[in-house]
Parts: sequence; structure tokens; C-alpha cells
Amino acid sequence: MRVVREIALHVFKESVRDRVPYTLVFFAVLLMATSYLLGQLTAGQEVKIIKDLGLAATSLIGLFIAIFIGIGLVSKEVERRSIYNLLSKPVSRRQVVLGKYLGLVLTLLVNISVMVAALYGVLAYFWFVSDPSVKAGWETPALDPALMVASGLIFVELALITALALVFSTFSSPLLSAALTFGLFIVGHFNADLKRFDQIVASRPVAYLARALYYLLPNLTLFDVKAEVVHGYHVPATAVVSAVGYAAAYIAVLVATSVFIFERRDFK
Amino acid sequence: MPAIRTEALTKDYSTGFWRPRPSRALENLTLEIAPGEIFGFLGPNGAGKTTTLKLLMQLIFPTSGRAEILGRPVGDVGVKRRLGYLPENPYFYDNLTAEELLVYYARVFGHHGSEAARRAGELLDLVGIGGERALQLRKFSKGMLQRIGLAQALLNDPDVVFLDEPMSGLDPLGRRDVRELILRLRERGCTVFFSSHILSDAESLCSRVAILSAGRLIATGTVSELLAFGVGGWELVMTNLAAATVARLGLRIARATEIAEGHYALELPIDAAPDGLLRELTAAGAALVSLNPIRPTLEDVFIKKVGGARERATFHHGAHRDHREKT
Repeated sequence: MRVVREIALHVFKESVRDRVPYTLVFFAVLLMATSYLLGQLTAGQEVKIIKDLGLAATSLIGLFIAIFIGIGLVSKEVERRSIYNLLSKPVSRRQVVLGKYLGLVLTLLVNISVMVAALYGVLAYFWFVSDPSVKAGWETPALDPALMVASGLIFVELALITALALVFSTFSSPLLSAALTFGLFIVGHFNADLKRFDQIVASRPVAYLARALYYLLPNLTLFDVKAEVVHGYHVPATAVVSAVGYAAAYIAVLVATSVFIFERRDFK
Repeated sequence: MPAIRTEALTKDYSTGFWRPRPSRALENLTLEIAPGEIFGFLGPNGAGKTTTLKLLMQLIFPTSGRAEILGRPVGDVGVKRRLGYLPENPYFYDNLTAEELLVYYARVFGHHGSEAARRAGELLDLVGIGGERALQLRKFSKGMLQRIGLAQALLNDPDVVFLDEPMSGLDPLGRRDVRELILRLRERGCTVFFSSHILSDAESLCSRVAILSAGRLIATGTVSELLAFGVGGWELVMTNLAAATVARLGLRIARATEIAEGHYALELPIDAAPDGLLRELTAAGAALVSLNPIRPTLEDVFIKKVGGARERATFHHGAHRDHREKT
């Protein structure tokens, strides 16, 4: 476990040096600029729009980190041959994969935490400067704890996407890995439609195939509660727990697959 | 127990996308290297040296055969604790400083906190990286990266060190430093396995060498064994020697080179008796400077062996092609 921790901390350090924190600056500028504009243009809706925009930006920036840093985790290390040095140390290939994955998950966790803190900071400002009559019109409180649920599920979703990127990066080029991961991210958000495919097609084999794909491909809609949180709808604890359980099982299978491939491949 | 042992180690790579065909990079390599040896693994580019090293570090898996290091199968994590490895043209993480990189590897080896930093500092001193240690590795030259590669290979005071082209990218001073480093490793009983195509380095450092060509082992032995296929003649250097005396020697010498006025290097054939000629020339007023046997260099052996192996391969390939054409 010590070795896995060292590799994970190294990945985190590399990500920090690899300009990942710039995305946080981008996020902060986006939030501040939007807040300023909203202050000029809207009345009563600014908090809802900031929450909507903040969560969407957290999700997108996280996706950017998960895909572009995630695919580089293994494939860049193999392509540039720095893996030779690491594997000559008392380290197993399994530890390398686990360390790399956990390192990126740590990077995502820190980034998302900073973005959520910034979001709460902007919301706190609006809460502080807004008139009580304006506050009374808000659907949800400015500093709504449910935002934590939404951003927590964004983190879980990104951890799953990172695991997908990890699998692809163990056997394909960075570009192909990025394309495949992004493709699955898109498909994952429309996955629920596959379940209902039998209602719109007559062919049974096609319906079965769609149903099989539904179970095989990641269902990322489970993690998207942004709209519910922004509009103040209740997100049941069972839905959160089942989404986290689903992600944990899916991630375990993906990481095990990555280890299986990585333990058998030649580094030419 | 040998430090390194390979038994019929063979590696095929697949080439071609649509119709992959095996291409043999290494064939039936059987070697035993004793503890404390400095073993030179020589061969032209593409001979299979790096493939062998990658097999020994389990960066690739053999098609057949096996290899052991310190009595354990390659890839054993416990054994890797006692190994050091410098890959050919090493590459590290651009965004880390040299010090951070070595601290990271030291921590992977199990050193903690200040102990890891101290160990990293010692190794950077050893390879001559001074103030540059605080610079990010992206700013390092090839030679400096090679020094960092050596430092990380020696971080754990290894019992066995694998060095793939350790002199690559180094200037003459750097090469001298590496030679001294390898000799220091030998003094403390470390086994050094190094691949190179710079034969003078191998000749001056190695207790034993192996020559590889086209994936096959074509010669192995101590440097003196490989060079002992014959004294090629004698070189007699004389001073106060008159040109007329040299002219009178005629066919008794193979070649005469005037180094300075009255100062000659005489090359004698192997069957000449140098002591008789020496007496004769001394009697004529000349004085002896030196008398040495002319031995082949490792380069001569290398060219002869590798050239021979290539000719045989061409002949076999041609014969095989002729046979196919006839049938």
C-alpha cells in the first residue's frame, strides 16, 4: 500500500505541475464574470443560474481533467518510456495501475473541492448582498447543502470516467483513448434510452442487443442530479447510495481489467 | 549461485498489422554471470542487446526460455529491491526537479522523509549534479539526463546493476566518470551487466564479454580469451637507428614507420624472432625503446565475429532462397 500511495502522490504532484490548477483559475474567472453580469441583468434568478453554471462547469472541467490527464496516466508513461525506470523498482505492475488511478482520483477530488468551495463563496456573496425580499423569491437557499450531493455525484461520475480512460490507456494510443472515453461519456448519458428501445423497434434481436448494451455500458445519468438540486427537488438517499454502489462496482471491474491488460503487455 | 542466468531465452515480436508475422529479436540466449563480474554485452545496433535487458527487467515477456537474477525469476518484486537499471536514453518526468525525482524513487524503495532526501542528495553528488538539481528535468541536456539515470539506478546500493549504453550522450569527462563509477561498483562486489557498442569501454572495464549479432550469441569469454586467438606479430620501437640499417632488414620486417629522425617503429611478422633482430640492431648502435606483441583489439575480434556471422546469415538466406526457387 505504501508504494501505491507514493505513486498516487507522484501523479498528484505531476498533475499540479502539469498546469491542471489553471483550470481552477478559469473556473474562478468564469464564476466571477458571470456573477458580475448577472448582478447587472437579472433579478431573483441569479442564485439559481450561478448554481446551474457552477455545477455544469465543475462537471465539464472535471471531465477535461479526467480524460486528458487520465489517458496520459499510463499511455504517456509508456510512450515516453519513463515506465522502464518505475518498473525496475520494487513495484508490481498492479501497484502502478492502482497508484496511477488513485493519484488522478485525488487530483479530481482536490480540484472539485476547490471549485465547490469557490461556488459556495460566490453564493455566500450573493446571500450577503441580496435584499431579504429578493431572498424570499429564491427556490432554494443560496448555501444549499444539497449542492454537496450534486458535486459529490459529479466526483463519483468522474472517478468512473477516469477508470474508463485508464482501461483504454493501457492498450491504445492517447488520441484513441481520448476519443473512446469521450464517446462512452456521451453514450453513458443517453444510456437510459437503450432500456426503452423495445418500445420503439419491432425487431426482437435489436431490442435484446439494446438491452444488453444498457447493462454493459456505463449509465452516467444516475449521477446527474444537477437539475433536481438547482430547482430544489429532493434527491432520495437511496438513489445516491445506489449510484455510488453502482460506480464502485463498475470502477472495480474497470481497474481489474486495466491490471489484467497491463500485467501482460510488452513495453517495446 | 550465478548473479544472472538465462536459459534458451528467445523473443519474437509480431510485425505487420493485417498479417502479423513473428520477427525474432533474440534466439536461445544462454548465459551465466557470476557475482561481482563486470559483464560487457556487445553487439551492433539491432543485435538484441536492449531486448535482452528488457527481458531481464521483465519489461517484455519471453516467447520461450527463462531468466533468473540472484536465483529468483525475473520480475520478482523482492529481487528488484536489489537491482539497479539504467535504460537506453532514459526519460523522466519533465515537470519534476532532479532532486524530486530521486526522492520519489527513494520513497518507492522505502526510504522515508529526510532519509529519502539525504539519499537523493548523495547520489546527485556521486554523479556530479550540483546546483542543477533544483531545475526541472525538461531543462536537462542528454548527458545530464544520463547522469540522473545512473543516479536512480544506484539509489538502493544494488547488488546487480544493468546499464544499457551507459556512455551514450556523455562527453569524454562524463565517460571517464562513468568508467570510474563502474570500477567502484566492482570494488564493492556489485555485478555490472552493461550493453555497449563502444568497445574500448568494454575492453578497459569488463572481466567477461558476450558478443551478440542478429539476436544470436556469437562469442563469449573473458576479454583475454577472446583476444588470445593469436599474437599478430611484434612491434619493436628503436632509436638511434640509421635509415640504411632499416633498409637492409628487407623482408624480415613487415613494416617500418619513422616516428622521428632515427626513431623507428618496426612491425615484425609473427614468425620472426624479435630477440635475434634486437641483438643485431643493438650491435649496429641502435637503442631499444620498447618491444610489444601486436594483439588484436576487442574491435578486431568484434568486426571479425560479427562480420562472419553476417556473412553466414547472408549465405544461409541465399541458399534458402535458391532452394525455394528450385523447388
